[in-house]
Amino acid sequence: MSNTSPVLELHAVSKSYGQGDAEVHALREVSLTTGAGEMVAVMGPSGSGKSTLLTIAGTLEDPTDGEVLIAGHPLAGMSRGAKAQLRRRAIGYVFQDFNLLPGLTAAENVSLPLELDGLSARKARLAGLKALDGLGLGERAGHYPDQLSGGERQRVAIARAMVGERRLLLADEPSGALDSVNGEAVMRLLHGACKNGGMAAVVVTHDAQLASWADRVIFLRDGRITDQTSPARGPESLLVTEIDK
Amino acid sequence: MSVRHAMLALLSEGPSYGLQLREEFEARTGDVWPLNVGQVYTTLQRLERDGLVVSEGDDDSPQKAFRITEDGVRELDTWLRTTPDLSSPPRDELVMKILIALRVPGANVIEVIQAHRRYLVELMQQWTRIKEDSHPADLSLGLAVDAELFRLDAVVRWLDAADGRIKRVATDAALAKTAELPKAAEAGPLPRMSLSTSRKERTRR
Repeated sequence: MSNTSPVLELHAVSKSYGQGDAEVHALREVSLTTGAGEMVAVMGPSGSGKSTLLTIAGTLEDPTDGEVLIAGHPLAGMSRGAKAQLRRRAIGYVFQDFNLLPGLTAAENVSLPLELDGLSARKARLAGLKALDGLGLGERAGHYPDQLSGGERQRVAIARAMVGERRLLLADEPSGALDSVNGEAVMRLLHGACKNGGMAAVVVTHDAQLASWADRVIFLRDGRITDQTSPARGPESLLVTEIDK
Repeated sequence: MSVRHAMLALLSEGPSYGLQLREEFEARTGDVWPLNVGQVYTTLQRLERDGLVVSEGDDDSPQKAFRITEDGVRELDTWLRTTPDLSSPPRDELVMKILIALRVPGANVIEVIQAHRRYLVELMQQWTRIKEDSHPADLSLGLAVDAELFRLDAVVRWLDAADGRIKRVATDAALAKTAELPKAAEAGPLPRMSLSTSRKERTRR
């Protein structure tokens, strides 16, 4: 866990669907806390509850049991409108298939959430351009999604997820559709957003190479957290020379 | 990793001293494969014995330079074009452990798999940190770290596949038992049953 104040807190969160014999337990008493500067990866096979965890952390679904807090605000009892505002202001999403709006340019896609939140079109556009510039896409700001490569589209999606005062970044297989070089670039950006941008990130994946970018990897199985990596040894331990041994 | 051929490759660029070769080797492999100086000189002596390099200078001096011969150039070219033997599976310690865990009474094979998976992902995190901290233009380091990451990733994927396969066999057996199919009685305790079948039986099926 990060040393800073928590951005996302899940306390004994459970989620079940259906009733009686048809009841399915997607999550069982999951507790997870992460703070600014930390990237957590959640690994697990299909059906382990990864996506449910992400939708609950993103306030898109309510847990059946347990408590969720975003930046210290408990979600229980919060109105739909307040949750929607929290989503727009504090949470950024990155999906495997980018989810960019095809009729909007890269800059418009990035600035849209700010405009929806009441910022003037001019200020939103400036913030959008700055976010795109920060990810090396300044010259592509006027291009439509179908004029961009897969890697560029995902960078636009990351810019959209980071723009404004976002605190929490949620990503679902963010480099799944990309080749390994572009996938690595995406993970570098996400990790940079945590380390330099002060965001907290939760990345859901079944890909170990992707997960290895995280500061902490949590393993989910049948809706429960069964294990997690420890940040015990530094990378230098791998580069000990024969003579030093 | 063939140190012998790596030395030939370095000498193909021009004559060099033993210590220089060691430094070059480590730099070219992004310091990922450390080499001790004794290994370098032993390798050079063997290459000289086989007529693939010649030394120039005093026999006992560390300032002895080595030069590749024509036979050495041919040997290097042949080696570069020869594919490594990947046809027969290696006796992999991890694979053996999982297979054995399936048969040991009381051993929880899923927990054994997870212990190995966690260790491998921790190793991958360390390699990724090295890549993240390196300069993007350091191609040698990037490629060497990628090779390690892909190798470890393949093992994690095998563990994931093993985990899924064991779960599937256990679920199928539980369903068969619920339906009281005669098959359930044959199946016995799971997941041991899949491996307790003799080779002869498997062939017959």
